[in-house]
Amino acid sequence: MSMDRRKFLKIAGISSVLGLGASVAQATHNIWSKGLGPDQVAQNSKALKAKHWAMVIDMSKFRTDADFRKVADACHHIHNVPNFKTPDGKVDIKNEIKWIWKETYEHAFPQQENPYMEESLKEKPFLVLCNHCENPACVRVCPTKATFKRQDDGIVMMDMHRCIGCRFCMAACPYGARSFNWTDPRPAIDPRFENREYPTRTKGVVEKCTFCTERLAVGKMPACVEAAPKGGMFFGDLENHNSEVRKIVKTRLTVRRKPELGTGPSVYYLIGGKDHA
Amino acid sequence: MLEKALVGSKKYWMWVSFLGTLILVGLFNYLRQFSYGLGITGLGRDVSWGLYIGQFTFLVGVAASAVMLVIPYYLHDFKKFGKIVILGEFLAVAAVIMCQLFIFVDMGQPMRVLNVMLHPTPNSVMFWDFLVLTGYLVLNIVIGWVTIGSDRKGVPPPKWIKPFIYLSIPWAVSIHTVTAFLFAGLPGRHFWLSAIMAARFLASAFAAGPSLLIILALIVRKTTKFDPGKEPIQAIGKIVAYAMFANVFFLGLEFFTAFYSQIPGHMESFIYLYKGLEGHTELVPLMRLSSVLAVVSLGMLLFPGIRKREGLLAFAAVALFISLWIDKGFGLIIGGFVPNMLNQVRTYWPTVTEGLIALGVWSVGFFVLTVLYKVAVGVREETAGVEIEH
Amino acid sequence: MKLYDGGKIIAGLIVFVALAAFPFFYNIGKANPKPEPKLDTPAIRQWEKQYGKKECIESKAYMRAEHMQLLNDWRDSVVRDNERLYISTTSKKHFNMSLQNDCMQCHSNKKKFCDECHNYLAVKPFCWDCHIAPKEDEKS
Repeated sequence: MSMDRRKFLKIAGISSVLGLGASVAQATHNIWSKGLGPDQVAQNSKALKAKHWAMVIDMSKFRTDADFRKVADACHHIHNVPNFKTPDGKVDIKNEIKWIWKETYEHAFPQQENPYMEESLKEKPFLVLCNHCENPACVRVCPTKATFKRQDDGIVMMDMHRCIGCRFCMAACPYGARSFNWTDPRPAIDPRFENREYPTRTKGVVEKCTFCTERLAVGKMPACVEAAPKGGMFFGDLENHNSEVRKIVKTRLTVRRKPELGTGPSVYYLIGGKDHA
Repeated sequence: MLEKALVGSKKYWMWVSFLGTLILVGLFNYLRQFSYGLGITGLGRDVSWGLYIGQFTFLVGVAASAVMLVIPYYLHDFKKFGKIVILGEFLAVAAVIMCQLFIFVDMGQPMRVLNVMLHPTPNSVMFWDFLVLTGYLVLNIVIGWVTIGSDRKGVPPPKWIKPFIYLSIPWAVSIHTVTAFLFAGLPGRHFWLSAIMAARFLASAFAAGPSLLIILALIVRKTTKFDPGKEPIQAIGKIVAYAMFANVFFLGLEFFTAFYSQIPGHMESFIYLYKGLEGHTELVPLMRLSSVLAVVSLGMLLFPGIRKREGLLAFAAVALFISLWIDKGFGLIIGGFVPNMLNQVRTYWPTVTEGLIALGVWSVGFFVLTVLYKVAVGVREETAGVEIEH
Repeated sequence: MKLYDGGKIIAGLIVFVALAAFPFFYNIGKANPKPEPKLDTPAIRQWEKQYGKKECIESKAYMRAEHMQLLNDWRDSVVRDNERLYISTTSKKHFNMSLQNDCMQCHSNKKKFCDECHNYLAVKPFCWDCHIAPKEDEKS
């Protein structure tokens, strides 16, 4: 039978499109339908559970610089957070990665400036970290759900395997809580503090505090909370009326960063310290 | 019809080789970036989007501007645009390809880019951007190719192409609206958090894109036997004038809201860009140049006496294009990141590698544009004297 | 039908076939030895002492064919669903779903185990970009 070239090309084109389409559909179906069945998974009995994990920070308990260093190091060391420095030993502000760190009052709460405030108060350091917002802008913008809000406990989590490194979340976060791996972090990880039980990240993905989900899963408090001076940091379930954090937030004066943006941060800062617990 | 791009004068081949060299240089530098990471650019924790995203933003506008020829010709039967709508559509193709390339080179994990399709996330504006840009690319390739193909045969295009042409009109508006939404919905970045962001984007798009078209039309007239015609170019000039007026007006509106309200969050980015903040004045010369060029070009475009003289029109078009390239392709993006969310001034400047990669992407775009224009011009030269019926 | 430019065409074809078939020519007579992943690690020997046999979380055949997909499923389960314990379908034992902390405890000889097959098949999984590979000295 004879067929002209045009018809041949049409048939070839349609068959390839159908073939490609079928294989793409097959692959997508495979990706979406695999997964572990409920009889294949279990939870550690010691795991800590909550409906809404939240944190209260009492800055009055942090008296020396060493107090901050201890908290930041606890987190950064167990999570293999790299320490980027410039050739002259200063912090490399371009490449730096930080999950929890200290900022002065005027930077932690930019809208609350008071020009007549005492200098020492303006310079007062505050611990800042990801706020694990109730209405997170970063989750709203992520095109792959690489950052997502856990349904059961409200933690804003990072899936390092899915992140495409578009950094939309970094643009969206109103608190500057996120860091990006501009290059391979491994050379900048201090080998003295390497934690072989936790992965590193690779270049090209965003990272941030995860409220230590891996520790919560085995019944431990987040590393920063454990390393904080006594009464400095509280961590618990805001939906549990008996939890420390709920009681503090209910009875004492606390502030959150940029609450007017509607993000609903879960990190509360206690005002007017004094001895509590 | 692609065979038309395979024959050309010595100048044509020199131009194509020049672009090819720049593409290879860009590719080589991209491989370096792929190996080292995005740290090879000037980006950092505080300014995490820069040249690449800025160029993408600017070029989406250029791509959308094809609609400024499509609407008069197909909706309002403005026959003067008959021979040059194809130039707008092919420019859109080249521009969208550049947009997608700029996004690709900006990704930290480009090999995972398909995750956006495998895990669709309708609440993410970037998901929609991906879709609408791809759709617009396909639309313009199909529309452009089919119409120029039927022009070559001297027949009206097939009826089924009309719905696609009509679809491309709202679609063009959508690509730039969605791109504006990337910025305009982010809480905390008050420089971008403005309702008229999308309107500003569209106005600057409809000024910059057609300006480029004027320049391209003049180049086509000079280097080929196809003359787009004095009147179509004048008509585009009028469109550019109105669009640029709207653009400058909208920028004025932003300035008013920021400075009349005196709210620091709204003012600080403008101050950084145009005056300098905490001693950082890196962008001030560029931004002031952008303003001067904007005023000069708008001034020239508003007077028909000046617009009618093609040399002056070309000058105004170039000045406008550069002005908006600075404003949208650079200033707008960086302004959103300075000061950062902790009110600190941390600045950004692209590196040489970054610039070469960007230049490589522009060269790919111009390469595509050259090939497509060679085809279109080839058909027009072939069918000179034949009336177009669309 | 006359073959125009026949000389050039035949010459070009010969060059093409030579280039395309080069990998085959180059490797004639050389066969890479079959990969032999070794299970000889302290942790596996310990397991064998304790349970009387070597056993992985699932059967060898299953692991060989499915470990890639299994690791993907584990990843989604741990990161996205917060389910961290895996119940083996064969032995019903519970395992931590962790490449770094569980699989590599027994298979601490990555070079003689994982890399054996991966190198043979020229597969370069990028797990190790993030997950810290076990430290190995050449003796183990």
